[in-house]
Amino acid sequence: MAVELDVFVGNTTIMDEEVYQLWLDGYTVNDAVKVRMEGGVMDECEASADVLQSDTMDQYRTFQMCERLLHSPAKLANQLLFQIPPHRQAMLIERYYAFDDAFVREVLGKKLSKGTKKDLDDIGAKTGVTLKSCRRQFDNFKRVFKVVEELKGPLVENIRHHFLLSDKLARDYAAIVFFANNRFETGKRKLQYLTFQDFAFCAGQLINSWTVGALDNQVEDMDVDLDKEFLQELKELKILISDKDLLDQHKSLVCTALRGKTKAFNEMEANFKNLSRGLVNIAAKLTNTKDVRDFFIDLVEKFIEPCRSDRWTAGDMRLYLTHYTNSAHILDTFKHQVVWDRYMGVIKSCIFKMYHD
Amino acid sequence: MPGKLKAKIVAGRHLPVMDRASDLTDAFVEVKFGNTTFKTDVCPKSLNPQWNSEWFKFEVDDEDLQDEPLQITVLDHDTYSANDAIGKVYIDIDPLLYSEAASVISGWFPIYDTIHGIRGEINILVKVELFNDLNRFRQSSCGVKFFCTTAIPRCYRAAMVHGFVEELVVNEDPEYQWIDRIRTPRASNEARQRLISLMSGELQRKIGLKVLEMGGNAVVGYLQCFDLEGESGLVVRAIGTACTLDKLSSGSAPNTNTHIHPNTAPASNACNSPSKDGKEPVFGEDLPLSSGPPTPFRALPTSSSSPPPFSPCKPCSRQSSSSDTDLSLTPKTEEPRPVRRRSGIFLCPSSPILSTETLSLPGSGSVGFGHSSAPRATTPPPPSSIHLDSALLRKSVSFTENLLLAASGMGSGGSAGKEAGPLKTLLRQQTQTALEQREFPFFTLTSFPAGFLVHVGGVVSARSVKLLDRIHNPDEPETRDAWWEEIRQEIKSHAKALGCHAVVGYSESTSICEEVCILSASGTAAILNPRYMREGCLDIGSTDHRFEEPSPPSCGFCHIPYDEFNMPFPAQLTYCYHCRRQKVPDVLFTTIDLPPEASVTGKGCLIQARLCRLKKKAQGEVNATAISNLLPFMEYELHTQLMNKLKLRSMNALFCLHIQISVGENMLLGLASATGVYLTALPAPGGIQIAGKTPGDLSNEHHILTIQKRINDTIAKNKELYQINPPKLFVLDPEVFGVINMELTEETVGSPIPEPRQRHRLLRSHSESSDELSELDLSHGKKDAFVLEIDDTDALEDIHSLLTDASPPTGFYSCNTEIMPGIFNWTSGVQMFTSVRVLRLSNANLTNQGLNKTFTDLCENLLKSFYFKLRSMIPCCLCHLKFTVAVPEEELIQVTVTAVAMTFDKDQSQEKLTEKPTTKGSTETEEQLQFPLELSTDLSTNMQTSNKISGTVSLLTPAAKLYQNQLIMVHSAGVPESTTVSPRAASVDYGSFADRCSTWLELLKMKAHTIRRGSVKTSRRTQSLAHPVSSLDRSSPLPEGRSRSLRSNRSFGGSSVPVVKMTPVSFLPGTRIIKYLGIINMFFIRETTSLREEGGISGFLHSFIAEVFAMVRAHVAALGGNAVVSYSMKECVLMENPNKNQAQCLINVSGDAVICVRETDQEPPSVANIGQTCCSSADGAT
Repeated sequence: MAVELDVFVGNTTIMDEEVYQLWLDGYTVNDAVKVRMEGGVMDECEASADVLQSDTMDQYRTFQMCERLLHSPAKLANQLLFQIPPHRQAMLIERYYAFDDAFVREVLGKKLSKGTKKDLDDIGAKTGVTLKSCRRQFDNFKRVFKVVEELKGPLVENIRHHFLLSDKLARDYAAIVFFANNRFETGKRKLQYLTFQDFAFCAGQLINSWTVGALDNQVEDMDVDLDKEFLQELKELKILISDKDLLDQHKSLVCTALRGKTKAFNEMEANFKNLSRGLVNIAAKLTNTKDVRDFFIDLVEKFIEPCRSDRWTAGDMRLYLTHYTNSAHILDTFKHQVVWDRYMGVIKSCIFKMYHD
Repeated sequence: MPGKLKAKIVAGRHLPVMDRASDLTDAFVEVKFGNTTFKTDVCPKSLNPQWNSEWFKFEVDDEDLQDEPLQITVLDHDTYSANDAIGKVYIDIDPLLYSEAASVISGWFPIYDTIHGIRGEINILVKVELFNDLNRFRQSSCGVKFFCTTAIPRCYRAAMVHGFVEELVVNEDPEYQWIDRIRTPRASNEARQRLISLMSGELQRKIGLKVLEMGGNAVVGYLQCFDLEGESGLVVRAIGTACTLDKLSSGSAPNTNTHIHPNTAPASNACNSPSKDGKEPVFGEDLPLSSGPPTPFRALPTSSSSPPPFSPCKPCSRQSSSSDTDLSLTPKTEEPRPVRRRSGIFLCPSSPILSTETLSLPGSGSVGFGHSSAPRATTPPPPSSIHLDSALLRKSVSFTENLLLAASGMGSGGSAGKEAGPLKTLLRQQTQTALEQREFPFFTLTSFPAGFLVHVGGVVSARSVKLLDRIHNPDEPETRDAWWEEIRQEIKSHAKALGCHAVVGYSESTSICEEVCILSASGTAAILNPRYMREGCLDIGSTDHRFEEPSPPSCGFCHIPYDEFNMPFPAQLTYCYHCRRQKVPDVLFTTIDLPPEASVTGKGCLIQARLCRLKKKAQGEVNATAISNLLPFMEYELHTQLMNKLKLRSMNALFCLHIQISVGENMLLGLASATGVYLTALPAPGGIQIAGKTPGDLSNEHHILTIQKRINDTIAKNKELYQINPPKLFVLDPEVFGVINMELTEETVGSPIPEPRQRHRLLRSHSESSDELSELDLSHGKKDAFVLEIDDTDALEDIHSLLTDASPPTGFYSCNTEIMPGIFNWTSGVQMFTSVRVLRLSNANLTNQGLNKTFTDLCENLLKSFYFKLRSMIPCCLCHLKFTVAVPEEELIQVTVTAVAMTFDKDQSQEKLTEKPTTKGSTETEEQLQFPLELSTDLSTNMQTSNKISGTVSLLTPAAKLYQNQLIMVHSAGVPESTTVSPRAASVDYGSFADRCSTWLELLKMKAHTIRRGSVKTSRRTQSLAHPVSSLDRSSPLPEGRSRSLRSNRSFGGSSVPVVKMTPVSFLPGTRIIKYLGIINMFFIRETTSLREEGGISGFLHSFIAEVFAMVRAHVAALGGNAVVSYSMKECVLMENPNKNQAQCLINVSGDAVICVRETDQEPPSVANIGQTCCSSADGAT
């Protein structure tokens, strides 16, 4: 007595959010049934294991059929095959495009290529995410990347429109796309303490201030590529460290402002030149693609680590960077105020975000 | 009369990639109607082409308009090779041919390919300009409306119901033509789809012509079926009910009943008239039903359970046919409680008393016979007195009336075919002729305007086994016609045997396996109000008025239409528990829906009988004979199962009974589904008694006791579950009904008398007691007559299986009627679904028992799955559950179910329920009070006017008076009781009920809350997305988004697809249907050669069913509709060959496309109706 065929089709497509999540998480039907049984759903309707099995199978099939549509979510709204209420459609899409932070942290900044895809099983093993789920997430990244790569207009908006995602999720995807496009190095051991959300925040800062789109919002790849002109201009900042007078003047201004306000004042005073050199050098090197990739590692190595070893508090950091940035405006001979602000604005907020254990 | 058909191809979207190199498609469209074809331009390199074509015009005959579908083919242009077809859309333009239906078809249609399924969508506009029809000899029938709904459609009123229409067309099946060997599967499938589309068009047109001939303008309850006879051909047949429908003005109530005078006279009255009572009906002829030979079955459960009489099947030369079995025949267990004696009408007490012993059938038959002459002697009153007659006299009149009817029915309808014409009175003649002019007084309707249905006799069914032969000449489908003719004749004669002149809820079906075909027809024998039947019914209607019987409509239909002394089958009759004036059977089986005005105690439930029977594999005639030999046994067993299950649920009537017998190579499957209810008018069912074959055996006895206990417990549990607490009027008069009182209380506990010895004593006691008591006791003695005898393991299995049926989980109800009796406040939640399961039997040692169990489990598990899947809708009811079984291959059992889950408001239902008994009670008091009064006054007048009444009658009157007094006593005592006591009892019940629902409610609220929280967020988003979608058109995304340069301003038809609700029921709760847009009748074939890749057979069928739904929705939306009602999946034929990685499936669906609007103000019409009728009947009486 084997059930050869077992199908249930509703005029309104019936989908159980719990099962959907299990499917998204890459559970096999049998595992999903086990999870559901433990969840106590059986008691709800005097169901038996058979019933649960049949229901799970059926829903899995439905999801598989829907998957094609979910690849281009706009289609879901005007396809005729499944009658799904709009709020359910939104749920389906949002969940489908949701990802595990642990997983994305591993992939962040990597090229979304076949090569990376081959390594997914390792990543899966490392993060505890099933391979199936890894593949879905990876393919989502790739798909979003491909679509928005060549579109005009703001990146986040594009993602939101084309994939009908929530603002939060669209921003995360923008970060992923941005990182993948610029191939930022995030995998080094020193960067391991940073979470995806840290990077996503930084990406948001970079996108808002350093890309072409920050100035002109109707250019191709406006939000994906950094503003080349701006990067060129950053070289000008070198004067802050190359000019001895300027450097001393800057230091004294900052120290005057900081004196008595923090316990770490001595360390700040002692390290000022080193730290300043670090930040300005990062700026000056950003014309090299290689150095762009190392942006975050440089920030950590050249700035965050020294401060941390001197036991600055977050408040110290805030204080220091604020005065460091503002003091440059008072320097008479320093002419690059606009570039400086554009640069330091991002650096400041990135460092604030990244300065934690 | 020609018409002009115009079509315009607007755009396409989501087309598949046809050119691998560019990942794009060069699409164009061919528009074909008849033999004319137009083409659009090629829209190069786009998956979302904009054709915006001109209007393609076809000038055609309206005959073709009806027959032909508009055929739209989307192709991919190829410069060098042949163009590739992407897919097709067939559009049935029939809905455009009625003046008041849709005026334009416009919308997105899925592009369907029989190999690949849906491949994108196409936007089409279709219009028809029809010229006036002047030709009298036309072959077309444009303008005749078709409805699948088996009731008078909601926004129409029936001016007249003309009757049965049927038609059948045959053709060669393209799949079996020689050319099929050389053409592609796609071409073959398309040829088949097109042919069936053509055939159904032709069929509808021909039926339409018949309707026009009859003077009607619509077909209601249109049922179209395909018989895929394989080599022998393809038969498309349809039946329906021709009507003249008037459209109700939009403002008026949606209820079709409103126009009908509430006091429509039952036919029996209308037919009364000057009776020519002296005429002797022809008796002594073979009653076809009771003359059955003593049945070979093991101990008949009871005397009363008449085994359905089976006539031995007579294999005729090539076609062997067997027929039979009236399921109306109801084994009885009932106590006809208030058996009132009168006028020498003796309810023969002897046979019922014997009932516990097995009484041979002929015996009871002859008893009935013996008495039959008696009532005839009682003189019916002179015609003049009829309209003022007392209830009593009226009673006797209607007795004779029924008798005459039955007699005449038997006379003319019986095998002898004699005429009992002279008996017919004038009015009767009118009715009768109105019906008899028709070959078949059949109605495919299952629910009727109030007053239409007068009496219901019971289920009549007939089956016949045929050997298929090749249809040689498609233009002359005589053999098939003759087969159906034969069956219908049989049904007609069965109905006549039940004293009925009509058959309602009529349907036909077939089951084919290889060259054997079982034809089945079934319906419910009934007496109808002639007013709807006659031409110029209005003036006669006023005459009817005079003969009005104020019998409440809530029970009238239960009253027996046949002659009580000449019953076609042994049945226990009692006086109606509602009006107490006419006889009712103890159990009623019907194929119709529960009349809305019927009063029901508690809730109903789905009752199914399931059966498997193995048979030897055989060929040709031998096979047919084997099958026809098996059929009666199957019918009998199904019937017994139904009966047992009904009793187990403490119910006394079945509605919507559908019995399907499906034939396979090595087995027969039988599935009977019905909705059981407790009709207040019918007596309470007795319990089920288990008896052992060897009473001496102690261990056995013990065993039996435990089973008995289990059964009693189940009955008690079910009573609670379905809230069956019938009013107990009799308990209230201890003086008169002392003896019965005891028994009744016992009975209400749900335990039939378990001790045979005690029963004997009781029986003996009443033989000594006074008349009344003996009658009453006697009634009791009969009550426990339903005995299940355990004589072997077989029977044991049966009983176990009886008890295995699980009741639905809390919060769920299920039924196969349109709506659940006892639930009134439906909310708008509707979820229609189709589910298919196929089970492969392990081939080793198949036994009947094993098979039965497997089959039962299959059905039960399906139900369980539904409950689980739909648990978020709780509290809800699965309505219109339609199970279809098939044996697609040896060792495969396929069950297809279509149903709808409808939510209802638990809170309100509670109010309503508590409210209801009181209102019911009050109407009852009115009636009861007024009834005896009328009785007494009438009695006196009667005494004066009818001096000529013979001695027996006058002798009788005192007794009647006595009875009448009792009745008054009972009622006067009973009324306050029923209003105080029963609600109290009820309220206790509902208390716990309320608890349960409050927890549900909380649960629901919580759920709703979380959902809402989610949805607030999302809905905001979707709204904000609505704009983006259109902006997205400009800069299109994704693969096709590459073509950014192609900035077409194509319309995606808005951001979302219109919602189309579907339901197998004829309405949508909470809404009002304002327009019927036409019939949806679609046939699809899907085939695959990559079964594994599509997710196996389940994946294949899953997507196909989803595609079918999508196409139905799209067609409805294109007609401007927002719902499909009376949806049904008529056919789902699945064939697979996993070894070849292939599968094929055929699906046929139908329904009515409608526009419905939210109904906010209306209160449930049924309640209003009851009130109205009650009031007016009260008015009429005073």
